[in-house]
Amino acid sequence: MNRIEKTLAELKAKGEKALITFVTAGDPDLETTEKLVLEMFENGADIIEIGVPFSDPVAEGKVIQAASLRSLSNGTDLTKIFGTVENLRKKTDKPLILMMYVNTIFRFGTERFFKLCREKGIDGVIVPDLPFEERDEIRSFAEDNEIIPISLVAPTSHQRIESIASDARGFLYCVSSTGVTGTRSKFSTNFDEFFGEIKKSCKVPAMVGFGISGPEQAAKMGSYCDGVIVGSAIVKIIAEYGRDSVKKVGEFVRSLKDALK
Amino acid sequence: MNEKKGRFGDFGGQYVPETVMNAVNELDAAYEKYKDDPDFIEELKRYYRDYAGRPSMLYCAEKMSADLGGAKIYLKREDLNHTGSHKINNVLGQILLAKRMGKTRIIAETGAGQHGVATATACALFGLECQVYMGAEDVERQSLNVYRMELLGASVISVSEGTSTLKDAINAAMRDWAENIATTFYCIGSVMGPHPYPAMVRDFQKIISEEIRSQLMEKEGKLPDCVVACVGGGSNAMGAFYDFIGDESVRLVGAEAAGLGVDTDKHAATVAHGTMGIFHGMKSLFLQNEFGQIDPVYSISAGLDYPGIGPEHAMLHKKGRAEYVPVTDEEAVCAFEYLSRVEGIIPAIESAHAVAAALKIAPKMGKDQIMVINISGRGDKDVYSIARYRGKNVVNS
Repeated sequence: MNRIEKTLAELKAKGEKALITFVTAGDPDLETTEKLVLEMFENGADIIEIGVPFSDPVAEGKVIQAASLRSLSNGTDLTKIFGTVENLRKKTDKPLILMMYVNTIFRFGTERFFKLCREKGIDGVIVPDLPFEERDEIRSFAEDNEIIPISLVAPTSHQRIESIASDARGFLYCVSSTGVTGTRSKFSTNFDEFFGEIKKSCKVPAMVGFGISGPEQAAKMGSYCDGVIVGSAIVKIIAEYGRDSVKKVGEFVRSLKDALK
Repeated sequence: MNEKKGRFGDFGGQYVPETVMNAVNELDAAYEKYKDDPDFIEELKRYYRDYAGRPSMLYCAEKMSADLGGAKIYLKREDLNHTGSHKINNVLGQILLAKRMGKTRIIAETGAGQHGVATATACALFGLECQVYMGAEDVERQSLNVYRMELLGASVISVSEGTSTLKDAINAAMRDWAENIATTFYCIGSVMGPHPYPAMVRDFQKIISEEIRSQLMEKEGKLPDCVVACVGGGSNAMGAFYDFIGDESVRLVGAEAAGLGVDTDKHAATVAHGTMGIFHGMKSLFLQNEFGQIDPVYSISAGLDYPGIGPEHAMLHKKGRAEYVPVTDEEAVCAFEYLSRVEGIIPAIESAHAVAAALKIAPKMGKDQIMVINISGRGDKDVYSIARYRGKNVVNS
């Protein structure tokens, strides 16, 4: 069983909400990324998304855009990130997901990429610019290597929700609002309606992400579904404290986990 | 849901975030509905004729033909369209579509400012809110067009992320679209992006080749032997080529921006040096590194300063149906000056790339052969930067 599915099944059995956190690989450097991942797991993160920096991240807001550029200017690349994953796998058995743009996979070689994912211990990928219609671009390669491509739905998905949600594996990434990643002070989405529609056809846990700024919002948003995904709020701390951010990120992740209990 | 829409051989597709996927599908459905609708076609034709000034002239450049001593050269004068370029053809089509879809806000990206000006113009005409994204570097080098857009009532947003050029303006426009999807129509300026844009923009531009065919049949009683156009994303070239793709005797040549030279790292020659990738909603050729990071590109021409090419061009290249040749800044500037002096026509620096390619090809053709160069835009906007390039200090008073 894939680590994502195993972890989520355990959480479900315990009646707990999942906390998924995000960090951009190589911001400020890969050594710190490794420490951040372990620290976040230590403080209650159930699954971690490692962001592979891309030169033109069109689905990201300013916080993650800036992190990507910082990382790229340090010379981070996919090969080095796989090295970090290899190191992490010696120290943790919790689920790791790569969050990346489709061109990074395509250019690297889709088959080669997924083989390496399996070899190094990646459990899933989130590819924000690969919609349902284009899923065949990676699907068979991912399946052959037991890597789960995570599906996304947005408030604008409407009648698409059924096909996407019923096809989802691992968990369904529910985008909280229109626009790009980044913390928000309020949401205009009708969550009762949105999650009502999702639950009709979704057979896997539904997680909400995009815009969750802290514990209070995490608790509120988590009440609609099976867990929350927090990215930009963490990356902001890293942007401010750099190599000294590890403890602070740990404390923040702890506060999110506590709020979800 | 339909699978694998909008393919041109291996290229094309719809690689966009889920947030905008429904909007892309809605647009596709609206375009399918209206493209053959007699009212839509009639209205578009009327604006082409009465507002844009179509058909654009096909002018026989006798002096240039004699000077080069080869093919008989015709210039397709898209520069004489209202707003000064071919961009108005596409914009009128998209804005009429946006109105039928009930959209109230239009966003666009622009490089040289030609597409931005055309979009701002159509929005003024139809009373729509208009916001144009433009790279900070392009805002600087095309300040005249920035002011034109503002005069027309549009707001211009200077994008200083990434390389501060066209690619980054597109990123910013895509992010805006994802945020304001309900009210906003994204008017893409070239034959690029997710389906249906490459096909739709080509359809709105194909009038260029349709007119060339009928005008040349009238004047010469035959088809051209060669059609030359510049290629950034590739909309004017696609428009100039499209009707001739089935006529194997017509050689199709795209001129891409080689900047300081294809052997330097300062160029935008996507076909010469690009590799297959997936970016800006499409699978096509891109300038990128081994890890798929999009390369910073360079050209003296803001309109050709783009690291990719439309998917249909990628297919034409792969099939060998069209050829793509690199033209350096220096060659383009010389061609800009040449056409100004020889024919009294100041072309856009983008179009000057096509003229430069023609200057090399035409002399090798026979006197009984015909070449058509698409003069996609006029060069008023480029006068200051060309003067600067030549080290002349033109006072902008």
